[in-house]
Amino acid sequence: MKQNLLLFTGFSILIMFAPQLLSGGYLMNVLVFVGINTMLAIALNLLLGYAGQISLGHAGFFGLGAYLSGILTTAYRFNPWVAMPVAAVVVGCMAGMIGFPILKLKGHYLAMATLGLGIIIFIVFNETVELTGGPSGLSGIPNLQLAGISFDSDVKNYYLIWGFTLAVMLFSLNLANSRIGRALRAVHDSEVAAQVLGVNARLLKVQIFAMSAVISSLAGSLYAHTMTFISPASFGFNFSIELLTMVVIGGLGSVYGSFLGAALLTLLPEILRGANDYDIIIYGGLLIVMVMFMPGGLVRGIPALYRKVIKQKGETGHA
Amino acid sequence: MLEISGITQIFGGVTALDTVSFSIAKGDITGVIGPNGAGKTTLFNIITGIYRQTAGTVQLEGKDVTGFPPERLARLAMVRTFQNIELFGTMTVLENVMVGMHTKSSSGLLACALKMPWSISEERRIREGAMKWLEFTGICDLADHTAGSLPFGKGRLLEIARALAVGPRIILMDEPAAGLNSQETLALSLLIKRIRDLGITIVLVEHDMELVMDICDRIVVLNLGRKLKEGTPREIQESPEVIAAYLGDDD
Repeated sequence: MKQNLLLFTGFSILIMFAPQLLSGGYLMNVLVFVGINTMLAIALNLLLGYAGQISLGHAGFFGLGAYLSGILTTAYRFNPWVAMPVAAVVVGCMAGMIGFPILKLKGHYLAMATLGLGIIIFIVFNETVELTGGPSGLSGIPNLQLAGISFDSDVKNYYLIWGFTLAVMLFSLNLANSRIGRALRAVHDSEVAAQVLGVNARLLKVQIFAMSAVISSLAGSLYAHTMTFISPASFGFNFSIELLTMVVIGGLGSVYGSFLGAALLTLLPEILRGANDYDIIIYGGLLIVMVMFMPGGLVRGIPALYRKVIKQKGETGHA
Repeated sequence: MLEISGITQIFGGVTALDTVSFSIAKGDITGVIGPNGAGKTTLFNIITGIYRQTAGTVQLEGKDVTGFPPERLARLAMVRTFQNIELFGTMTVLENVMVGMHTKSSSGLLACALKMPWSISEERRIREGAMKWLEFTGICDLADHTAGSLPFGKGRLLEIARALAVGPRIILMDEPAAGLNSQETLALSLLIKRIRDLGITIVLVEHDMELVMDICDRIVVLNLGRKLKEGTPREIQESPEVIAAYLGDDD
């Protein structure tokens, strides 16, 4: 317990002072994306890593949050601070209603159903042109404002996004170490045993699915208000897969793993930009190597690698 | 305590259970025995809400619980263990038992995630309650081990501790002695008697006849999906039908 709190405090301090250590507006912009992706990866991880239920449609919930915020603030002149929770509640209720029938499905069938859901949402973004602007997108979404400060620069957005990201992390860490988190992991390990002990597996899965959608929606709203422009391309099937990759590469069932996965997958394309046309090959190759040699994800793989290196050094030292 | 009447289960064309009826008295240890394929585990799965039977009713403490899902039965203080222990393998031993306290706690998802004061005190209560049951089953020292890494015998004790954490008035054990050595079986029989002394009614399916004859107050014998005989261990041992069912008839 104490250890967890210490780790989280250390992480928060690091995040707080990162802008002082790093320079350059562009990097700040990338780090804003790391924050948004971390929230999304955590949301998916709650579902996949803890409850053991897959979703290939999470980009859809992310997009719904973004579009609801965008439409409410532009067409209906909502205050962004009001639009965000409204969007989150709407998306949460929707996910709950959809969750009841589709979470009956298991494994590949659930993957298919959520995939279909994501695709349907994507088509709606593209086709309801009067509402969403269709493929050309929705622009002029207002920035968030707090006590006279408008969040319109990269550094300000960094603090805004990471404030929310840290809150989501703390929220999820608390959840993971509670009776609900344990019940979720129990359902993952043996659903029948969990039920026999009185855990309502069905209801719990729906609850976590809705919670996961709410966090994704929140990330979507924040994305819309920091970018001020959104288009359907950001919320397609590809992005759902990218989120899944972040969760798996980072480490299933670990909140910090989700951060590592999100950070790696967001930063890697930027780092590989120098490799010109070969970037996608290196990117893919790295992912394959990481999954092969770190099946537990970065969060377990890095400490294991570290221990190995230390051991090897010790051995050569004796020789 | 538990009334089973006219339970029939048909799988495809096979009648696994044929109008089985019996009742279990409060505070008794009742053994359900029978040759392989007699329908013992099927009967357990029906009683505990894992299968839905073709016909027949189950009454728990006078209440009709036919077709109730397992999680509802847990809230009515009925719990079971499995033949091939079903542990939460990635969780620690203590966490496994803490899941057993699920129905004895009520903090919701948001209260847990926001660490509301009542959820913090509840968490402490869950931890203490779970430790108590680890002490009862004598596996306290393994509290922080991963459940998946336990030897089989310890895993069985953990499964029992976890079931007890639910606070059951009746507990059904499916072959609790399967896979245990003779020393572990002896310890198990003492543990089962201690559980009975807590006022918990026990029903067990078991193949270890020595254990069954030693600890059971009553025995129900199933054969080929029908109830063959019901009585005290002595009556069962002396029954010619039971002997015939187990050893074969040489008429």
